[in-house]
Amino acid sequence: MIYDQIASNKRKSFVLVFFLSVVIIAACYFIGQAWMVNGGILGIVIGAGISVVLFLISYYSGDSVLLSSVGAKQVDPHSSSQLYNVVKEMSISSGCATPKVFIVPDPSPNAFAAGRDPEHASLAVNEGLLQLLNREELQGVVAHEMSHIQNRDILYATIVAVMAGMVVLIASFFRNTWFYSGSRRRNNQGGGSGGLLLILGIVFAILAPIVAKLIQLAISRQREYLADASAAMMTRDPSGLASALRKLQQVSVKPTTSNDAVAPLYFIEPHLNFNAASLFSTHPPIEDRIARLEQMAYIK
Amino acid sequence: MSPLIYILGAIVLIALWVMSKYNSFVVLRNRIENAWAQINVELKRRYDLIPNLIEAVKGYMKYEKEVLESVTNARTEAMKANTPATSGPAEDKLTQAVHNVFAVMENYPDLKANENVLKLQEELTTTENKIAFSRQFYNDIVMRYNQSIQVFPSSFIANIFGFKTKEYFEVDQTQVKDAPKVDLNI
Repeated sequence: MIYDQIASNKRKSFVLVFFLSVVIIAACYFIGQAWMVNGGILGIVIGAGISVVLFLISYYSGDSVLLSSVGAKQVDPHSSSQLYNVVKEMSISSGCATPKVFIVPDPSPNAFAAGRDPEHASLAVNEGLLQLLNREELQGVVAHEMSHIQNRDILYATIVAVMAGMVVLIASFFRNTWFYSGSRRRNNQGGGSGGLLLILGIVFAILAPIVAKLIQLAISRQREYLADASAAMMTRDPSGLASALRKLQQVSVKPTTSNDAVAPLYFIEPHLNFNAASLFSTHPPIEDRIARLEQMAYIK
Repeated sequence: MSPLIYILGAIVLIALWVMSKYNSFVVLRNRIENAWAQINVELKRRYDLIPNLIEAVKGYMKYEKEVLESVTNARTEAMKANTPATSGPAEDKLTQAVHNVFAVMENYPDLKANENVLKLQEELTTTENKIAFSRQFYNDIVMRYNQSIQVFPSSFIANIFGFKTKEYFEVDQTQVKDAPKVDLNI
């Protein structure tokens, strides 16, 4: 089952990279075509270059990009902090390598894992979580994140977060360029930017829902339930994670560091101000997760 | 001509199968040894930590001599055991003794405010958890190993090359999980 999960995550990641590259190249082609005569070829070359660079960045240093975007600080492996100890315990229990451990200076209680495989993985925990939970509960949350690492959920999620995030960034860059050049051209020629405006409009209209859909796919309810179940196996005690979820259900602290790109990676859905919150709410309801864990505890 | 090729082919296939089975047994056996070494590292760490804890709390717990002595005795006994079967119960006893100390510590507010003691408590807790999880991991691999050398037909190869089943760690899970209640009114 876990090997199916790993294979499926690798396959999905490949499809995602391929798909995003096509979208980026197509977008660059249209932008190039609108920019100047025969600019389409140049657009394709630039688009392919952007895709390769994006992929390399998200594959090899996706976790550092995400971690620095939330201002995470690494925990010294030699300091015998409780968090590091708990991570170490879970890596023994799962037989995985110990990931790098980070603390995010954010009062909202949450956590996420990123990276490409268990040997190159990072686990980040918000300060708010450390303050709120006791040792057993923290162990449950860490085990949940460790099983995302073990199942390679992090590979797909990291690539989505970095690539999709960068597409949005590039899109906004082009939009700014357009505003700038648009006003300039208007001054010179009093027209001519109409075609560009139209095409950019179409490109964004296509890009925005695709990116949203990808982010949505990054987390599936099934995947979260599976990670909860694996966490219960790892700690041999479902009640720690269940009690952590119950505590998290009751607090609603606004996150100070998290952003749209990282949001789907988190342990529970961050209380972000989305324009279309309903579109993104694909985390399974906390009550369901608790109910399933309690059933496991009852059976045991 | 052609029957010879089939026979040769069959022999090569069987040889390949024997080789792959043999290798998988060796890999599992090495993993077991590695897991056992891992457990011993953590056990040794615990033996080193316990005297520190006792030294740190002794001054506060003047009336709990018995609790502290039982820890020291359990430690000495656990250090003597060195096979998975005997080590399991001895370690469980030590775990329980240490938990008794933790439980008694709850009644001393001074102790709970002491940075050094808190750090030692965290160290001991994590070492104990690591021991418990390493043992689970150890038992899981031993189960896979034992199963693979006992099932037919790989059991033939195991017999020929002298692979023996390994013993499990005997653990009483109920004792390990719950910290026992200590009655202090006696």
